Amino acid sequence: MDFYRSHVLICRGTGCTSSSSDKIESKLQEKLIEKGLDKEVKVVRTGCFGLCEAGPIVVVYPEGAFYSHVKVEDVEDIVEEHLLKGRILKRLLYKGAIDEEKIKSINEVSFYKKQKRVALRNCGIINPEEINEYIAVDGYMALGKVLTEMTPEETINVVKDSGLRGRGGGGFPTGLKWEFAHKAEGKPKYVLCNADEGDPGAFMDRSILEGDPHSLIEAMAIAGYAVGAEQGYVYIRAEYPIAVKRLQIAIDQAKEKGLLGKDIFGTGFNFDLEIRLGAGAFVCGEETALIASIEGERGMPRNKPPFPANKGLWGKPSLINNVETYANIPVIFLNGVDWFKSIGTEKSAGTKVFALGGKINNTGLVEIPMGTTLREIIYDIGGGIPNGKAFKAAQTGGPSGGCISAEYLDTPIDYDSLTALGSMMGSGGMIVMDEDNCMVDIARFFLDFTVEESCGKCPPCRIGTKRMLEILEKITHGEGEMEDIDNLERLAKNIKVSALCGLGQTAPNPVLSTLKYFRNEYEAHVLDRRCPAGNCKSLLSYYIKEDECKGCTLCSQVCPSNAISGERKKPHVIDKEKCIKCGACIEKCPFGAIARK
Amino acid sequence: MKSLEELKKIREDAIKKVKMRKDSGSIRIVVGMATCGIAAGARPVLMTLLEEINKRNISDVTVTQTGCIGFCELEPIVEVYKPGEEKVTYVHMNPEKAKKIIVDHIVNDKVVTEYSIGSVKK
Ligand SMILES: Cc1cc2nc3c(=O)[nH]c(=O)nc-3n(C[C@H](O)[C@H](O)[C@H](O)COP(=O)(O)O)c2cc1C
Ligand code: SF4
Ligand code: SF4
Ligand code: SF4
Ligand code: FES
Ligand code: FES
Repeated sequence: MDFYRSHVLICRGTGCTSSSSDKIESKLQEKLIEKGLDKEVKVVRTGCFGLCEAGPIVVVYPEGAFYSHVKVEDVEDIVEEHLLKGRILKRLLYKGAIDEEKIKSINEVSFYKKQKRVALRNCGIINPEEINEYIAVDGYMALGKVLTEMTPEETINVVKDSGLRGRGGGGFPTGLKWEFAHKAEGKPKYVLCNADEGDPGAFMDRSILEGDPHSLIEAMAIAGYAVGAEQGYVYIRAEYPIAVKRLQIAIDQAKEKGLLGKDIFGTGFNFDLEIRLGAGAFVCGEETALIASIEGERGMPRNKPPFPANKGLWGKPSLINNVETYANIPVIFLNGVDWFKSIGTEKSAGTKVFALGGKINNTGLVEIPMGTTLREIIYDIGGGIPNGKAFKAAQTGGPSGGCISAEYLDTPIDYDSLTALGSMMGSGGMIVMDEDNCMVDIARFFLDFTVEESCGKCPPCRIGTKRMLEILEKITHGEGEMEDIDNLERLAKNIKVSALCGLGQTAPNPVLSTLKYFRNEYEAHVLDRRCPAGNCKSLLSYYIKEDECKGCTLCSQVCPSNAISGERKKPHVIDKEKCIKCGACIEKCPFGAIARK
Repeated sequence: MKSLEELKKIREDAIKKVKMRKDSGSIRIVVGMATCGIAAGARPVLMTLLEEINKRNISDVTVTQTGCIGFCELEPIVEVYKPGEEKVTYVHMNPEKAKKIIVDHIVNDKVVTEYSIGSVKK
């Protein structure tokens, strides 16, 4: 057995790899050989640690030293100082890992402290390309237990009792879905994994595939046994090349070890898994569209019922779950239903992974117990809003979600509380907005996405969302009338009930929720022709504060439309007629004398 | 994979290889590896410690290095931290002594007093 005194973990998730963690890895290997340390120090390639913005991330064990923003040039120091002399490199430590008195290890960093990693339990800890590392953290033990000790019915009951709900959007009870597929008539049956992850900004599914692909394979095999399927498909978008590659490696290794294939654990159970690539249209994440897409048809949704559990892939009973949903399955069997239910809230057991983005210090992937408040996520884990700005709202649920305003910061977050606030869990995108974000413009932004992504099959969605977008554009351009707001609201409510699939049914959410919490901003745009957040370009005007202008002439030199005039050492003025609102002057003025309102 | 037993066997072996990344082992051995430590021969000491631990299949010990401890003339220095016990500092170490520390102190729980800083300073 090789024996190493130190492990250096290098994040090779998409984020860090794109900022050169691949080069860091090869440089490190090279340096270790050069120093004769390659038999003492092991280099471990891992998936995402969650703090991609601070990447590339390198963690050195046994100290658990958490290095961020590592560059190729730093490798030399890591080897010479840390690995050879045992001196932790303070300058490379993640800022949250430095304390006045002591250096904090990765386990003590506040970003992780309030988190509870269940679905992400192995991400950033094991090498996803090494099946033995997964086995070391109890991998495939749950499958072994299920196959050798439990009946399919018992297996389904465990999932039902755990209270696990789908993490892909709707939050449907997973055990119930398994039971429907189990009871459905027809053979063969299929187990599907929805790894389409269409929500812009969300990347939890990708991170699980990249960092812990075996947990998905194990869970799908358990599901196959429970519902009576011998074949599974994972539908991933082709834009996730690292995820696709790691999953394929994992599938191959599992087959080699006999954890996929025929007669698994000598129990007579057969299960095989294949990858299907998607082209990356948002609507293909909708389950019936996804199934059509695997069948080689155009990815368009169809009416439900019949649900996929009864009539799915090739018209056969099919179980479809999201990646994060599956990632929870093995631990439920290992740690038990009571353990799982002890995390989270009464009606939403377990944890949820959120992709934190927008105006927040620690953007990244966080996993929290259900019932954690928005305030804890944003301030304790997310590190608050940058530049001392005020929190305005958080948008959850991706393009089909809604906004939550500051007065609800202390609401414990779970499926039901988010729905009650007019938003939703969705797949877990969370975009934080501060005082500079215009809520009308945010609604316009999401609707723009929906209009692009509508498949066009049904008129409420195809035509209705387009009309809504036009109205929103009119308002943000400062041409809105009061009746536009009423029309917008009426349209939104109509589309919600008449669209055929979830895309159309939820598309109005961003509009409805911003109308609910920020109606005054809509009215300011219409009545006062003013954007309170100072965001909508058409409604802004630039002016020079007379007292503060020193007459340095810099602004007039950069103005592309010659809108600024004034004598040297005298206050300048902007001609509003000529100004094209490019903002060049504001950036140039060394005295902060130019304002925008 | 023909049986659960087979998986369990792989797991036992594999656990040892990732253990370090969980909360670190209960016993910590720290070797002074600043310039003077290395010059005085800290590396062979470190290597011997690792070899012995590996050979004896001891699993709850981590070996790390540290910088200057402040007694350059006593290098190589090795410190042993056992939970709930006083730290023991061994000085003027060499590979032979390192072996003895693993056997006596780590395995048999007996501090090797004659190598410790207390007896040297006397
Ligand atoms: C327009 C639309 C897009 C969707 N995109 C995804 C997606 O990217 N990933 C996903 O898992 N579920 C997506 N869903 C939800 C799926 O239809 C389905 O409910 C889910 O995959 C079921 O898995 P779960 O029960 O484990 O959540 C989408 C739904 C709609 C209506
Ligand atoms: S609601 Fe939109 S995406 Fe869904 S079927 Fe209708 S047109 Fe297509
Ligand atoms: S915003 Fe642009 S166009 Fe307007 S005054 Fe400044 S530089 Fe000139
Ligand atoms: S750059 Fe600023 S200080 Fe200089 S003339 Fe323009 S407004 Fe006045
Ligand atoms: S990709 Fe490295 S921390 Fe996310
Ligand atoms: S450098 Fe080793 S004790 Fe000073």
